[in-house]
Amino acid sequence: MVAASHNMDKQTARDKLAQDKLAQIRAVAAQVPDPELPMLTIADLGILRDVKHTPEGDYIVELTPSYIGCPATDMIMAQTRQALDEAGLSDVKVKRVLHPVWTTDWITQEGRAKMRAHGIAPPQKRQKKKPTALFATPAIDCPHCHAKQSERISEFGSTPCKALYKCLVCLEPFEYFKCH
Amino acid sequence: MATKRTATKAKAKAKAKAKRTAKKPAPAKIRAKKQTKRIKQAGGGVAPTTRFEQAVKSWKKPDKRFVAYLIALGDDQLVLAQNLIQWCGFAPTLEEDIALSNMGLDMLGQARELYNYAGAVEGKGRSEDDIAFLRGEHEYQNLLLLEQPNGDFAQTQLRQFFYASFMVPFWAHMETHCLDETLQAIGGKAVKEMAYHARHSAEWVIRLAQGTDESRRRLLQALQALYIYTGELFAPYPQAEAIRQAYHLPDPAQLKPLWQAKVADIFKMADITLPAEAVMQTGGRIGRHTENLGHLLADLQYMQRTYPGLSW
Repeated sequence: MVAASHNMDKQTARDKLAQDKLAQIRAVAAQVPDPELPMLTIADLGILRDVKHTPEGDYIVELTPSYIGCPATDMIMAQTRQALDEAGLSDVKVKRVLHPVWTTDWITQEGRAKMRAHGIAPPQKRQKKKPTALFATPAIDCPHCHAKQSERISEFGSTPCKALYKCLVCLEPFEYFKCH
Repeated sequence: MATKRTATKAKAKAKAKAKRTAKKPAPAKIRAKKQTKRIKQAGGGVAPTTRFEQAVKSWKKPDKRFVAYLIALGDDQLVLAQNLIQWCGFAPTLEEDIALSNMGLDMLGQARELYNYAGAVEGKGRSEDDIAFLRGEHEYQNLLLLEQPNGDFAQTQLRQFFYASFMVPFWAHMETHCLDETLQAIGGKAVKEMAYHARHSAEWVIRLAQGTDESRRRLLQALQALYIYTGELFAPYPQAEAIRQAYHLPDPAQLKPLWQAKVADIFKMADITLPAEAVMQTGGRIGRHTENLGHLLADLQYMQRTYPGLSW
């Protein structure tokens, strides 16, 4: 009986340790900035998918690409690796996962607010799989003056995830994070 | 007497064999039970494996046909990527320059994903670079349509429109039906990218057809050049026919009506009629290519062929 409870204590102590370590890993990984949008962290963007403790005893940080060919993904993996190493968490593995598929809905409210504060219009909420009509330009709110009139300059922008717009009221150009 | 003895011997042998075979699965079962217990204790950290995944893992050898299918599918994306990226710095406007490069980047990303996965399934340590750079022209199994030269802007946009209109239902099928989880995920990402390409290129097809006499002439010329290669979109992958059912892979032939409807829809808006009957060219899927692929690969593979093993 005593032995059993002793084992139990050991088990809970181990669990507690694992929980603490997971929290530490999450805190470190969540601080990694996106190389293209340095004001946003990978947690804000929903690219930091999960932090796991496997039954084999491994700790794994799971990252997911925004766009499949986004060149920043490799950089993000390397930066996450570096951040973990610097925090003394070299035993943690960094893994790239595709499933479940990332969409702009994974961007947090905080992430959206940060985007707006830096002159990037956050993605609109997805319209239930309705394809956008040809030649239609969705009305994007200007992140500078919040006017609703804007025009699209370019459907593709400086990174795979953005398009270029111009506000028709304050005339400032701005980037729109595409709904994906 | 002797026969009796051999009979009993045989019986005993059979019994022993039965005993052996009966006992065999037990440790595995216990292992599996312990495993699930461990997973439960760890808070169910591992996603439940489907019966299909277990079946795949239990196969002793990787399915060569599946590897070949992944590579062929990757070839399509890589060849188109290589073509599109050549517009970088040459497109008619800055916006289109960015657009074509971005589309090329999407294609390249899909190719990398497929090649990496093919290498992992194959298990012989082939990397994405080995697959892309160290295969000859006849080992490439891409569609002839995709290796056609960029031509002018109209030809590039029309090629993209023809291909993207096909790949949207293709990847959508992959995402919802395929039993392989990685292909499902690639499909889920690629379908959105291809939908974007389809829309962008469809707008250009309409714009060019309804623009000036010159833009319309060029688009019609592109149609003449490319239409004979569209029939191959619906040709089967030779290596995938046998495994299509098992993996629930999309059947290109079944996507034909969807593609035709989409093309008819856009061409109606562009006021273009499809050429009546054309002799469709095929051969890419069995490694028989047009001249263009050789030139394209010579450019793509130059560094690796000249300095084998060169790396960043």
